[in-house]
Amino acid sequence: MARGGFAQWGNDLYTGRRSYPIVQRRGIWFSIVALFSVASVLILVFQGLNLGIDFRGGSEFTVSGASTTDEDVAIDAVAAVAPGEEPHVTQVGGNAVRVQVSELDNEQTDRVAEALADAYGVEVSEVTSNFIGPTWGESVSLRALWGTLAFVVAAGLFMAIYFRAWRMSVAAVVAMLADVLISAGVYAVIGWEVTPSTIIGFLTILGFSLYDKMVVFDKVRENTDTVLEQTRSTYGERANLAVNQTLVRSINTSVVALLPVAGILFVGGFLLGAGTLKDISLSLFVGIAAGALSSLFLATPLDVALREREPKIAAHTRKVMDLRAGLVADGADESVVAAAASGSAQLVPGTHLGQSAQPRRRR
Amino acid sequence: MLLTILTILLPFGALLAGWQLDGKSSDNPDGASLAPGLALDLQGGTQVILKAVTSDGSEVTPEAMEEAIGVIRQRVDANGVTEAEIAAQGSQQIVVEIPGEVDDETVALISKAAQMKFRPVLTIGNPTPTVQPSADPSASGDADDEAAGDEAAEGESAEDGSTEGEEAPGGFTEEEIAEQEAAVEAATDASDLSQITPSVQAAFDELDCTDPQNLQGGGGDRPDLPLVTCDQTGIAKYVLGPVEVDGTDLSSASSGLVPNSNGTVSNVWGVTLDLNSDGARDFRETTERLFPLESPRNQFAIVLDALVVSAPSINDPITNGQAVISGSFTQSSAATLANQLSFGSLPLTFQVDGQNQISATLGSEQLQRGLIAGLIGLALVVVYSLFQYRTLGLLTVASLVVAAAMTYVTIALLSWGIGYRLSLPGVAGLIVAIGFTADSFIVYFERIRDELRDGRSLRLAVQRGWVRARRTIYAAKAVNLLSAVILYFMTVGGVRGFAFTLGLTTIIDVMVVIWFTHPVMELIAKVPFFRDGHKASGLSPDRLSSPPRYRGAGQFTGRTSAGTEDEVVPEPERELVSAQSARPAPRVTEDGRRMTIAERRAAERKAAAGSADAAQPAQNEEKH
Repeated sequence: MARGGFAQWGNDLYTGRRSYPIVQRRGIWFSIVALFSVASVLILVFQGLNLGIDFRGGSEFTVSGASTTDEDVAIDAVAAVAPGEEPHVTQVGGNAVRVQVSELDNEQTDRVAEALADAYGVEVSEVTSNFIGPTWGESVSLRALWGTLAFVVAAGLFMAIYFRAWRMSVAAVVAMLADVLISAGVYAVIGWEVTPSTIIGFLTILGFSLYDKMVVFDKVRENTDTVLEQTRSTYGERANLAVNQTLVRSINTSVVALLPVAGILFVGGFLLGAGTLKDISLSLFVGIAAGALSSLFLATPLDVALREREPKIAAHTRKVMDLRAGLVADGADESVVAAAASGSAQLVPGTHLGQSAQPRRRR
Repeated sequence: MLLTILTILLPFGALLAGWQLDGKSSDNPDGASLAPGLALDLQGGTQVILKAVTSDGSEVTPEAMEEAIGVIRQRVDANGVTEAEIAAQGSQQIVVEIPGEVDDETVALISKAAQMKFRPVLTIGNPTPTVQPSADPSASGDADDEAAGDEAAEGESAEDGSTEGEEAPGGFTEEEIAEQEAAVEAATDASDLSQITPSVQAAFDELDCTDPQNLQGGGGDRPDLPLVTCDQTGIAKYVLGPVEVDGTDLSSASSGLVPNSNGTVSNVWGVTLDLNSDGARDFRETTERLFPLESPRNQFAIVLDALVVSAPSINDPITNGQAVISGSFTQSSAATLANQLSFGSLPLTFQVDGQNQISATLGSEQLQRGLIAGLIGLALVVVYSLFQYRTLGLLTVASLVVAAAMTYVTIALLSWGIGYRLSLPGVAGLIVAIGFTADSFIVYFERIRDELRDGRSLRLAVQRGWVRARRTIYAAKAVNLLSAVILYFMTVGGVRGFAFTLGLTTIIDVMVVIWFTHPVMELIAKVPFFRDGHKASGLSPDRLSSPPRYRGAGQFTGRTSAGTEDEVVPEPERELVSAQSARPAPRVTEDGRRMTIAERRAAERKAAAGSADAAQPAQNEEKH
């Protein structure tokens, strides 16, 4: 990288002079993704997600006639009785405070009520406790689920029609599901409470993941549009060139998308202590990173693996490989073969095209 | 171009006009403001506690509560994208939290009892109390009861006597109720006038529908007895027969233009009712019986919360469970009726148990910290794009600023127009939108660079790069828009708000790329600084040109093909990851004779075998 650094690297990737065998080594990526997916499934099954009040309902305490409506007082009081709880504290009217925690047993309920009465300097009778149902109940979840399913199906159909290849849309949807699964696994490992914000975060991941796959696949489509009309390189090699050519774009996009989210997650969540934003920024951070990576390392190789089973493309690949074997047997320059294998459209100087390069005789 | 600028500026103008003409103030909370409205989690709002009461005093089942929450959510969401939070509290209460100030109208709408019944009309009267024993059924049999009532009200408003009718409808003694039960028992059918017992007649005569107290409704009517009640607007009063079709049998109600007899769409607004199979059967029996009767007994009343919403007459027996109510509806009055009807299939009434101001569920301090963190992230985005694209990065930043301004103004406009509220998930959606939006520019710039790498001039590169980038951008944004639209229409609450933000930013993003980024790019392609590829322009040929590339037929591309430049720009070292680079193989022998193919092949093999002498690209003798 004598000149230009990153830009020169981009040039080399574009021309195919430098090429990473991403599609060729797909076995590695598939096993990594499979490993992570299995781990995520295991974690989700055995540990599960820590659903918050919004999903499960919980206990609600109302402190009337409080001397102060400071929220930290309540948080400390609840933490003393039930550590690990993240209470939602809301001021109600002028001098009442509403504290919501996830469901407690009777004894804990009484002790929290006492602690709250103590903290706010009121009689225990001024603290009423009640059961509060989920704001994000089953019906809301179901509708969200159906909506998501409908959107994934519609997006899959759209991609299948746009690329005129259902295998491509299958690859994109499978890769997207893996992204969401892995993100959920990471979320479960960390064990933070799942809030409606988290769900929104996951939906955003879904959208971003499909979007990113769309952009990468469009490049694949562009490169492989006429793949059957030539015999220099195979579908897989052309797709690999596409991945290499979009590498710079993918890096730039992921960095730009991740920077603000990372800002909220690291600066906000850990240093400044904006706890409530951490749930959404974590799911977004993991999801965007996974989404961008899987477009390159999972979706495209998967697409190649699927499409090489398409009879036309399989036949074409065989033909190209036979021709190339013939070339090698003829003692062709390795560089010619390698350039073709990198998927590059670049022709090799010094190699004559034979009579195919000559103008056709008119009949 | 002018049109484009106008389109971009239009929302700004609209917002400023709205701010000036319909400014937000304490007595006009729905007015326009330069700042967008914030949702519950960021701003706080009003908490309304509703207590569910069944009309027959039976236990409130969890299923009914679930359904009640669904209906209330629908009512709140029908007001716009407000992202209200609704939860059950205990076994009988529902807590509704609505952002911002809530007017009484909204509370009334939410807590409005939703018990709908279809009853046959026995008598219609003027809204004022009468002393004559038999109320004159003077109202016409017109389908439009409101017009009929209006007419009647005008005609006899002078006759307004004493307003003693304080007694709520249905305030009968036990004996009177027993008498009514007997009358209903004896009646041949639900339209039998013998059901109007003296006590019913007395109640009807006394009833004063001009008294607002009698227009509050309140349920509690016995479905098996006649009902004396008012029109919900207070322009007529009715004696109605026992319930014939339950509101829960109504599967849907929608408003629209009514098709006329020959199947084409007329310009008359109406409401279409769809009944389930039970309802369709009952409705067929009712309408077949009512159809031949005289006016007003050929009308059936739709009773919501013990008040008459509408009392259309029957033009034809309805046998298929699909009824159309037409009359002098406007578009909005038809929509209102359809809404009332579709919300009306719930067997519960609600009492407002308490109404309180609540603070934001997220500490404002925390939000501020989060925003600061987000801004730091944004600043890093600016730094990164300047590093990546040099001066061209400024175009990215400018485009982002334009997109941000348009988004802000649109959100402010929408929070004025349809009550959109920005919530935390909404803010998160906007932050992620930075990534989506910037990606359009990145795709576009990368395509331009690709064209430059192919050795095209900047102007041509911009042209061709745009055509290629445009296709990718449209396709990818279409997926986003698709997801936003589907999620918006299929979900509720927070997800809906998120879908709205996603769709909005996607549309604005495409607008900005087409109308701002691309035109500006075309303009700066003419500026010498960029055109000639200054080092800091991000488009310098130095950074982007590839080494000479052989294009076949003895032609090369790239700027280093001239021999003189070779001294200035040395052949870049070849770092190969997997693939070997294509090396120019010698085409001429040392004495300048053109090699034969066999000689050349041999030379190639030799070169491949390791002789590293890279011969200079040959100067080609063109043969043609």
